[in-house]
Amino acid sequence: MTSVTSEETMRTDYTSRLKDHGGLIALAVILVFNIIVTPNFLQTQTLAVNISQVATIAIVAMGMTLVIATGGIDLSVGAVMALSGALAPLIFLSDFGQAYPVLGLIAALLCPLLAALVCGLFNGIIVSVLKVQPIIATLILFISGRGIAQVLTNGNLQTFSNPEFSYLGTGKILGFPFQGWLALAIACLLFWVVNRTIFGRYLLAIGGNERAARLAGGPVRRVKIGAYVICSVLSGLAGLIVVAINSASDAARNGNLMELDAIAAAVVGGALLHGGKAPIFGAILGAVIIQLVKYTLLANGVEDEVALIAKAAIILAAVYIQQARKE
Amino acid sequence: MAPLLTMTGIKKHFGGVPALRNASLEIEPGEVHALIGQNGAGKSTLIKILTGLYRRDEGEVTFAGAPSHLSSPREAQNAGIATIYQELNLVPLRSVSENVVMGQEPKSFGFMINWPEAHKRTREILSRFGIEIDVTAPLGSYSTAIQQLVAIARAVSMDAKLVIMDEPTSSLDSSEVEILFGVVRELKSSGVSVLYVSHFLDELFQICDRVTIMRDGQTVGCREITDTSKLDLIAAMLGRNAKEIEAEGLTELAGGSAAFDEVVLAVDKVATGPRLSDFSMSLHRGEIVGLGGLLGSGRTEAARSIFGLDTLTSGTIRLKGKEFKPAEPSEAIRARIGFLTEDRKAEGIVPDMSVRENLTLALLPSLRRNGQIDRDREKELVDEFIRKLGIKTSHMDQPIRELSGGNQQKVLLARWLATKPDILILDEPTRGVDVGAKREIQAIIRTFVDEGHAVILISSEFEELVEGANRIVVMHEGKAVSELTNPGITENALVRALAHHEDATT
Ligand SMILES: Nc1ncnc2c1ncn2[C@@H]1O[C@H](COP(=O)(O)OP(=O)(O)OP(=O)(O)O)[C@@H](O)[C@H]1O
Ligand SMILES: [Mg+2]
Repeated sequence: MTSVTSEETMRTDYTSRLKDHGGLIALAVILVFNIIVTPNFLQTQTLAVNISQVATIAIVAMGMTLVIATGGIDLSVGAVMALSGALAPLIFLSDFGQAYPVLGLIAALLCPLLAALVCGLFNGIIVSVLKVQPIIATLILFISGRGIAQVLTNGNLQTFSNPEFSYLGTGKILGFPFQGWLALAIACLLFWVVNRTIFGRYLLAIGGNERAARLAGGPVRRVKIGAYVICSVLSGLAGLIVVAINSASDAARNGNLMELDAIAAAVVGGALLHGGKAPIFGAILGAVIIQLVKYTLLANGVEDEVALIAKAAIILAAVYIQQARKE
Repeated sequence: MAPLLTMTGIKKHFGGVPALRNASLEIEPGEVHALIGQNGAGKSTLIKILTGLYRRDEGEVTFAGAPSHLSSPREAQNAGIATIYQELNLVPLRSVSENVVMGQEPKSFGFMINWPEAHKRTREILSRFGIEIDVTAPLGSYSTAIQQLVAIARAVSMDAKLVIMDEPTSSLDSSEVEILFGVVRELKSSGVSVLYVSHFLDELFQICDRVTIMRDGQTVGCREITDTSKLDLIAAMLGRNAKEIEAEGLTELAGGSAAFDEVVLAVDKVATGPRLSDFSMSLHRGEIVGLGGLLGSGRTEAARSIFGLDTLTSGTIRLKGKEFKPAEPSEAIRARIGFLTEDRKAEGIVPDMSVRENLTLALLPSLRRNGQIDRDREKELVDEFIRKLGIKTSHMDQPIRELSGGNQQKVLLARWLATKPDILILDEPTRGVDVGAKREIQAIIRTFVDEGHAVILISSEFEELVEGANRIVVMHEGKAVSELTNPGITENALVRALAHHEDATT
């Protein structure tokens, strides 16, 4: 009798530990696997490549985490990346941008982010004021956003050479990619926002019980719109980084399937799809895992299609662990 | 005769904190057995162990003559234990029928749900409770009382050997309670046992055979109901001397009837829709005004209109002389109004947040300092209210869902008191709190009005209304129809006022 119960207690302990540290364990497994199997894994070169690629996923995933915390979802992140990525070269390659390079560069950074902000407002208002299901509301920009980006660029690949702008994607600080530091700085800022500010408290309360939050005076609409705006602006930033890395903007491919990576990273990082939790550093951990899985499969010559299946399996595992710990 | 259920030596810890130390319970076949104890005594936990929702750390359970190791509510159901949990676990968006037949749907061809049959069966089950409603409508569109009756009806229909009711009457009015008692007696006469948890001790004397008393996770006694008295039970629950308690009296709401000259709130012919068509009342500084009425008479809707939840289609509200038209609860809160809602789970707590975060939720704007939440002041405030209201929690960062029902209620009351409102609307403020805590809460409300604030009180407990309110506005079908003034209100007078309008229309 006693032995049975203690065993059961152990089992619940075990699942809850898996839930708390599942991400870290998965990360350790992938790392060990790579160190043994993947050639040249432990080289700074490899590290730099992975950091520069994980940064965009992480930045978008953090925004996605905030949206998911309200009980929503944002499918338009990839399209917003394409849109903002398409705008930047248009601006610094324009006559104005050529004539005033400094102003042109500033405008090339700010205008796309502003456009992204407008996208976020659009999503947020449709969700919170018109009360359309988030998945449908953000589908609008998911479909049309990339279309607009392609129209803007006539469907062409735009190449350019602008070292100042490219610093966003290729610059290094202390030997590590600039965008890695950027992602880290954003994480610290968002962590503070979620855990220390009134906005953050309302965000979690709204995700946890929207009616109760509203009855306690929570500005439900404003907070939801805020979450979508932050998510879109971060997506816009990620779009700029991708363009800067490639020194080219390709509206058809920039941010393609990013919504899946970002949702997967957020969920692996511990975000609950029904809302109420916003683990910012979890999103980074999730992004690292997604990136490493992609890299592992690529480096070992596994095809893209199989990589997609692997990603699906990770999401499944993460959701399963989330479910399992409910007592 | 061998007992139907025996539980002995039950122990349960939650993360090192004991919830049950040594609990036991014995129920005879065909017996109505009461389980009582203060908030947090462990009643709900003991039930959840019995139904397999929690695992016991230690102890023996025998049900229907065999050792029982149930590990899920479904197994319990199959074994013949039907349970109505304290926090209703129904699905508000699904139809009434779906909720009632869930898990035992009638099938055609062995796999398709036979909806006409399901609706018919649901109507039959509900008619035993005198409920005639559209069973195809979502359950959430009905009042809490109806939802509670549906939960009870569902459990009773399950053909069980033991029906467990954890505070079934907390949102029912007296006529509904009567219906429930009728059903309980019927169950008893057909040999089904009932385990009945309640803080309304008077009820127990009407329907129970025996009562088990719990205190701090332990079973401290079991009596024949005929050998005991209310005072005796309270003394056993609190672990105190009966004489002492008698000297203190039982309700704390009565008192203060100074001259009320300053009108703080004047509501004039307000309508918000079919459920509130003509509501007028006034509220003075230092006054408690009760809203009396039966289920669906528009009391909650009246509160909602004042709090900016429903838009006025006609009529005016004046707050301290100025026209007041809140469009959102946040505006009402800024105007120093608080609203403690009736449905704790759906509209009150944020379950995954801590006691601290729940308590300060309505207060956040005033806790802002340098762009962030002033955490020191937050902790100070929370500490103060935990102490003042005697909230039983292991620490302020414990998730509120882990607190017992009555303690959750106290946290929500603290949420509003902390905003220092001028007007507090209380919809069933003492629902689910034990006799001791009820007096404490009533005393807090009393102090609050004596400090010059005002309260609108909605309560299905007539005693609370009659003793506490300076005036009672009687409502019927969305209209304020008459007004009673204290001193001079008796429970009989209130019942008569309610029945009068009921008769007039039917
Ligand atoms: N899931 C849980 N995790 C941690 N503590 C819990 C949990 N459930 C209950 N407790 C604690 O166990 C104690 C007993 O709670 P329980 O809900 O059984 O009380 P109760 O007698 O039903 O009270 P009430 O009359 O208020 O409903 C409380 O102190 C409560 O905080
Ligand atoms: Mg309880």
